Amino acid sequence: MLWDALTLQLGYNATLVAVGATLLGVSAGVTGTFLFLRKRALVSDAISHATLPGVCLAFMVLVAFGGDGRNLIGLLAGSAISAWIGLLCMNWLTRRTRLAEDAAIGAILSVFFGFGIVLLTVIQTMGVGRQAGLEGFLLGSTAGMLWADALIIAIGGAATLVLVMIIRRPMTMVAFDPEYAAARGLPVHRIDLAMMGLVMAVTVVGLKIVGLILIVALLIIPPVTARFWTDRSDRVVLLAGLAGGLAGYLGAALSASAPNLPTGPIIVLVSFAFFALSLLLAPVRGVLAAVLQHLKFQRRVHIRQGLLALAQDQKIYEPLTLRLLKRAGLARADGVATEAGKARAAKALRDEKRWEVVRADQAHEATAALYDGLRDIETVLTQDQITEIDRLIGGPQGVPS
Amino acid sequence: MTLELAADQGVSVAERSVEDSPLAIRGLTVSYGQKPAVFSVDMTVQPGAMTAIIGPNGAGKSTLLKAALGIVSPLSGQVTVYGKPLADQRARIAYVPQRASVDWDFPTRVIDVVLMGLSRQLGLLGRVRARHMASAMDCLRRVGMRDFADRQIGQLSGGQQQRVFLARALAQDADLYLLDEPFAGVDAATEKAIIEVLKSLREGGKTVVVVHHDLATVTDYFDHVFLINTRKVVEGPVAQAFTAETLQSAYGGRLATAQIDQISRALG
Repeated sequence: MLWDALTLQLGYNATLVAVGATLLGVSAGVTGTFLFLRKRALVSDAISHATLPGVCLAFMVLVAFGGDGRNLIGLLAGSAISAWIGLLCMNWLTRRTRLAEDAAIGAILSVFFGFGIVLLTVIQTMGVGRQAGLEGFLLGSTAGMLWADALIIAIGGAATLVLVMIIRRPMTMVAFDPEYAAARGLPVHRIDLAMMGLVMAVTVVGLKIVGLILIVALLIIPPVTARFWTDRSDRVVLLAGLAGGLAGYLGAALSASAPNLPTGPIIVLVSFAFFALSLLLAPVRGVLAAVLQHLKFQRRVHIRQGLLALAQDQKIYEPLTLRLLKRAGLARADGVATEAGKARAAKALRDEKRWEVVRADQAHEATAALYDGLRDIETVLTQDQITEIDRLIGGPQGVPS
Repeated sequence: MTLELAADQGVSVAERSVEDSPLAIRGLTVSYGQKPAVFSVDMTVQPGAMTAIIGPNGAGKSTLLKAALGIVSPLSGQVTVYGKPLADQRARIAYVPQRASVDWDFPTRVIDVVLMGLSRQLGLLGRVRARHMASAMDCLRRVGMRDFADRQIGQLSGGQQQRVFLARALAQDADLYLLDEPFAGVDAATEKAIIEVLKSLREGGKTVVVVHHDLATVTDYFDHVFLINTRKVVEGPVAQAFTAETLQSAYGGRLATAQIDQISRALG
C-alpha cells in the first residue's frame, strides 16, 4: 500500500494531493527560511490565523450573491485579504506603538481567529445546507480535492517560489544586518512586508492541504532542520526546500496508504521526524556531536592536568584522570608515571613555561590568544621561535618539543 | 580649514563649505520619545580628512551617524552628501555598523558578508562571477583576513568580525566612509590593521568619519574632531578643537582631571 502510494499508484485524488503537497512543501520551506533568518517565525502563525475571518466572509458573500460557497479561488482571495489586514495591523502595532512584536502577534492571532470562529458558527446556523466543509480550512481536508484545486496550489506555490528567488538577496541582507541594508538605501520595511506577503501567499495556498493551524509547521520546521546541516544561508534555503518537499510528498503518500489518516498533520509529523533526526545526528550542531565534542574535550583537559600533576610529583585524586592516564599508558594503577608518562609530563610542564613567556610578550599577541591550556606549543610556533623561548627560560635543555 | 566654536559659529563660513562637503548636516534633531538624543546639530565634514566624532556615553554619537544615513528618521534637519540629497548619493557612502548590531550565528561565511558590499554590482539576479570574487578577496586581503574567507562568521574573534565589516565597506568602493565605534573591544592587532586601512583610504582622497571613544588615540589617528553632547560642542582641526577646554565642556565632570592633563600634554 505504502509503496503504491509512494509511486503515485493510489488513484487520481491521492496523486493530486501528493503533487500538491510536494510543491507546497518546497515553497513553504524556501519562503519560511527567510522568516526564520529574520527571527520572525511566529509572525507566520498570526498571518495564518488571520485568514479565517476572510474565508468565512468570502463564503457568506459568495452565497449571498447566489454563487457557489465552495469556490476555492473566492475563498482563498477572501483569506488573503483578511490575512493582509492582520499583517498590516501587526506591522502598525509593532512600529507605531510601544507594543513588542510578540504581544502584537498574540493580539492579532487571537482576535482574528476568535472572529473567524464566530463567523463559522454563524454560517452553521445560516441554514445554507452543508457548511461546504469550511472547518476543513482549520486542519486541511484533501478528501475531495479537485484537479482545479491542485492547479491553484501548484501555480500559487510556483509563483511564490519564483518571487522568493528574485528578492532573496535583499531579504538575506535585511535579515543579517538591517541597519547596513538601510544605509545602502534598501527599503527595509517594504522588503519585510514583501517577505510577509510571500509567507501569506504560501499560507493561503496551503489552506486546503494542511490548514491554517498547522501551516506554520511547514514554514518553520524545514529551515530549522536545514540549519543543522549547513552554515551558509543559500544552502539553508536549498535544504529547507528539499526537506519541505520531501515531507509533503512522504506525508501525503503515508496518509493515502491507510484510510482516515489526515494529510496535513501527517505531513507535519514527517517534517518533525526530519527535524528530530537532524537535531540528534547533524555534525557539529547536532546534540550527539555536541556531547561527543564535550567528552573529548573533557578527556584532553583531564590528561593535561594529570600530566602536569605527574611532572610536579603531586598526587592525583580524581579517579577519571587516573583512569584516562592508565588507559593511555602514561601512569600505573598506583598513580606512578610510566616512562612514556614521565616524558609527556616533562614536555607538558615545559610547554606551560613556554606559554607563560609567549603570553607575557606583546610581540606574540596573536599567538597568545590561542592559549587554552591544552595546545602543544609546536602547533602554533616554529622550531626557531621555541628555541628562542627556551633560551629565555634556561633550565634543562634537550626536552623534546 | 576653519575652526567654528558653537558659541561664535560663523554662519557664512558654514554655508560656504556645504556645497563641496562630503557630508553636511544642518539643524538635525533626533528624538527617541520625548528626549532628544541629538539636538539641532550642524556638521560639515571636511573632504579627504579623517574626522572623529567624540563625546560621552549617550551623547548621540551613533544616533548622529544613523540619522545622517537615514537609518533613523530625524524630527528635523537636512542632510546633504557632496551637495546633493542623501537618496541620490547612496552609492558614494559606505557604512560600518557597530559589531554588536548583528547576530554572528547567522548562517553565512566571511566571503558572503563581503560580497554584500557588491550588491549594487550584482543586482537582484546577477551571478557572483570571478571578478566579484577577486574584488571581495582583495578587500579581505587589505584587512588581513584573506585566509578566513570560507569561515562561518561565528568562528571569528571580535576583532576579526570588525575587520570583516570593514572589508564589506571597502567592497563598495565609496567616497565617504562612516564607521561606528570600529575600535571598541578589538585587539591591538585589529586596531592597527583598521587604522592602516583608514589612512590608506585618506591617502586615496576618500573621506573618513569615525565614532570614536578612546581620547588617548585621537591626536594620533585623526585630522578633525567633532565634539558632541546632544548639541554640538565644537568641530575643527584636532590642534584647535581637541583641547582641555573643549573636552571639559563636552564631558563636564565626567572626565577625570588626570585624563585632561594627559591629553593637554600630548597636545603640547
